[in-house]
Amino acid sequence: MASSARSRRIVVVGASLAGLSALETLRQDGFDGELVAVGAEPVLPYDRPPLSKQVLQGTWEPEKTELRDQAQYDLLGVTWHLGRRATGLDPAARTITLDDGEPLAYDGLVIATGATPRWLPGSVGLDGVYVLRTLDECLALRAEFERAPRVCVVGAGFIGAEVAAAARQRGLDVTVLEALPAPLARAFPAEMGAACAALHLDHGVDLRCGVTVAGFEGEGRVTGVRLGDGTVVEADVVVVGVGVVPETGWLESSGLALDNGVVCDSTCAAGAPGVVAAGDVARWPNNLFGETMRVEHWSNAVEQGAAAAKRLLAGPGEAVDFSPVPYFWSDQYEAKIQFLGRCCPTDDVRIVNGSVDERRFVALFGRDGRLVGALAFSRPRLLMAYRKLLAAKTSFEDALAHAAQAG
Amino acid sequence: MRVVVDFDRCQSNAVCMDVAPEIFEVRDDNLLYVLAEKPAEVMRPKLDEAVRRCPTQAISIAED
Repeated sequence: MASSARSRRIVVVGASLAGLSALETLRQDGFDGELVAVGAEPVLPYDRPPLSKQVLQGTWEPEKTELRDQAQYDLLGVTWHLGRRATGLDPAARTITLDDGEPLAYDGLVIATGATPRWLPGSVGLDGVYVLRTLDECLALRAEFERAPRVCVVGAGFIGAEVAAAARQRGLDVTVLEALPAPLARAFPAEMGAACAALHLDHGVDLRCGVTVAGFEGEGRVTGVRLGDGTVVEADVVVVGVGVVPETGWLESSGLALDNGVVCDSTCAAGAPGVVAAGDVARWPNNLFGETMRVEHWSNAVEQGAAAAKRLLAGPGEAVDFSPVPYFWSDQYEAKIQFLGRCCPTDDVRIVNGSVDERRFVALFGRDGRLVGALAFSRPRLLMAYRKLLAAKTSFEDALAHAAQAG
Repeated sequence: MRVVVDFDRCQSNAVCMDVAPEIFEVRDDNLLYVLAEKPAEVMRPKLDEAVRRCPTQAISIAED
């Protein structure tokens, strides 16, 4: 349990969902020392999933993304350094450096700096080209959407798909460009990508898969996207959704192991005394799946933020593995897409309820005889039952038997 | 304590049902039903967890 003698000041870098979860867990578990949080954006933590959904659609005002109210923050008792970046870490001296050169000493450090959207060559600095990660980016894009532009989305991953859905729901013309032969083809078996594609075709999106982006048209402001075959997709607004990179630049000279994220052990410890990592930036071996992973989803930020906090407070021999069943969801049009566990394109896939044609189904993924993942379109009740089966390392055969019974 | 669900936020992820099936149920109509609006105090840890893990932050606890 907490010992204020062991950790008098804990610094959380990243005023994010993972960071907030860590801060709240530290207090809940009795840490009564000083809590300091550093955030690159000038605002308190907010919820990002609505940025590509309700806020972009225009049905929510930005205030609705606030995660906590003032009374809750008062209780938490955190010193916030907002609009400030950490620029370095010296684990031997137990100090981080802020962007004004000021050092900040810590007894415990939570790294929760998240990830940053990837840009495409030729798109940087061109007006009308957007990525979507922050509230500011969301509001700028929303203002563009109010001028009824033709929208081109590059990348049919979840952000791209949700932006396309929001734009269609506002009645805008939308083209989606995807390099792979189907949406999500790097992660999912082909028929699941086809199910995602069908949703967009149902709603009038011009979805083009297997195309490459060669460049952007326009001087000063974008007028279109040039494809590898020379075709130009005319557009007034382009949204680039081609993934994110973990925000680890500030750690490059720290000596911490970095490899597509901060490399942690199975308990979220980052390899230096009193340093843990959580959320999009952390890469760790999840022993439930026997796989080293970095997870960019909301639920993982909450759960790993809490686990990292507990790791800091744990005494010798008290550290526990962080081995969750990853979960994410995506709302597109009227469909609710939910996924539990892991999957890869070569997994055995069985639809156990509904069908792709109905746009309502549950699909199970098996690998080496074991249930590894479950995907649902608009079947939340049925889907959630598989979390416990995944956590229990249920065989694929037993999972299929469960499905036969559950309907 | 009283369970409060903001149904403008709720998107029926059913995470709450996974955490506290005694209190929450998402039915086949894909809507959330609160089974116990005033659960016993012994349920508080589970309810706290459901509040924390709700992907749309739709659940809160009123102390009245």
